[in-house]
Amino acid sequence: MVADALASDRRTATGWGRRMIASIWAWLTDPANWSGADGIPTRLAQHLGYSAIVLLAAAAIAIPLGLYVGHTGRARWLISAANAARAVPTLGLLFALALWLGPKLRGDLAFSLPSIIVLVLLAIPPLLAGAYAGVEAVDPAARDAAIGMGMRPAQVLFEVELPGALPLLLSGIRAATLQVIATATIAAYVGLGGLGRYLIDGLATGDYPATAGGALLVCVLALVLDLILAGLTRIVVSPGLTGKYRGATGVDEANRIAAVSER
Amino acid sequence: MSWVRDHLGLILELTLRHTVLAGIPLLLGLVLSIPLGWLARRYRVLAPVALAGTGLLYTIPSLALFILMPLILGTRILDPINVIAAMTIYTVALLVRTVVDGLASVPAEVDAAARAMGLTGLRRLVTVQLPLAVPVIAAGLRVAAVSNVSIVSVASIIGVSQLGSLLVDGYNRNNPGALWAGIIASLILALLFDLVIQGGAWLLTPWRRTAAPRPAGVGA
Repeated sequence: MVADALASDRRTATGWGRRMIASIWAWLTDPANWSGADGIPTRLAQHLGYSAIVLLAAAAIAIPLGLYVGHTGRARWLISAANAARAVPTLGLLFALALWLGPKLRGDLAFSLPSIIVLVLLAIPPLLAGAYAGVEAVDPAARDAAIGMGMRPAQVLFEVELPGALPLLLSGIRAATLQVIATATIAAYVGLGGLGRYLIDGLATGDYPATAGGALLVCVLALVLDLILAGLTRIVVSPGLTGKYRGATGVDEANRIAAVSER
Repeated sequence: MSWVRDHLGLILELTLRHTVLAGIPLLLGLVLSIPLGWLARRYRVLAPVALAGTGLLYTIPSLALFILMPLILGTRILDPINVIAAMTIYTVALLVRTVVDGLASVPAEVDAAARAMGLTGLRRLVTVQLPLAVPVIAAGLRVAAVSNVSIVSVASIIGVSQLGSLLVDGYNRNNPGALWAGIIASLILALLFDLVIQGGAWLLTPWRRTAAPRPAGVGA
């Protein structure tokens, strides 16, 4: 009986799917959805704006810290602690902070500030790990040569270790960016603006075309940003590291480490 | 605390659901990743395609993937299958690379010795390469497990119940007790998954227990 019910469910569901794709397309191409305060350009700009603020703030904290830990070898526990903190469910962190901080704030800030703080906290571990592992992965011979040439510690850091750290640092930035874009979508549940509004409001009102249309936009945004950052990695990483020059070791590790963050 | 005492049954039931929604994709993902990783390693031209493809899958935000699953699978939005399928996609995205790395970690001389002893194809994979790749694969599996346990919570937003439901209810009804219960229960569950995988890896690699202690590792 259950099988029968499932089978009939599937059959109607397929027709449902086809109709839905048409309505999602209609939603995406409706000019009314492309203007005004709830229009796609506005929501996209909000999403990008919040994400940019969050990433800049997190980078300002995490990258110097990661470079410091990698350069001096001190306070490695910071890296382990940040990694362990990733086990805290994102959703729980978001709701806990919104519940605790929301009532203490006024106006729009009550909705946006708790989300922004959580997003910064989430972006820190991949950035920290990327910066630290990047410096750690620098060929010790290159570092020794720099010291042997009489470079000061700051010169070693900025002229040798930082360029050498770029592949892993950038993959940390990629992971953090994806996580922020994804979590900013969820943060619409606690009132943040951005593309997540379509998903959350659509679910609340049972408007599947708007929900799925918004979900598609979020996917496209994540993909485009990831491709841009991948392209940037190709441009800024020294050819001495990417194996374009004979004898250099491949840098495939770049994606290895920091690609692990949450969606 | 009193909220937890009054709702132990509910918490246990949600924990069980959470375990299924995070655990089954972990197993499915592992089973799918081994052949994919093996293919990517065996036929080097496939490697960039397989890794870039799975990497792209991993860029899809979880809430968006949960919402779009019914369109792909023809399921209903509340069907837990959506969550299992989406989580399997994420697990595969993480583990294919891990399997490739794990197989690459097999010492070439061991592989050559196995070949010289007449082990071919599947037999060499199952009896020599995979066992030696266990530490690397287990490390990847631990990352995937912790990430799965956390991401599954997001499914409560589309209405699929598990520990994330405690988070959503706690937030909606201003009930910090439920919220904290949900957070702590998922932390404990993530820890349990981690311990089970570490225990499994320990059981599967008896030779590592008798070997001389390796120099202390750095970092996490």
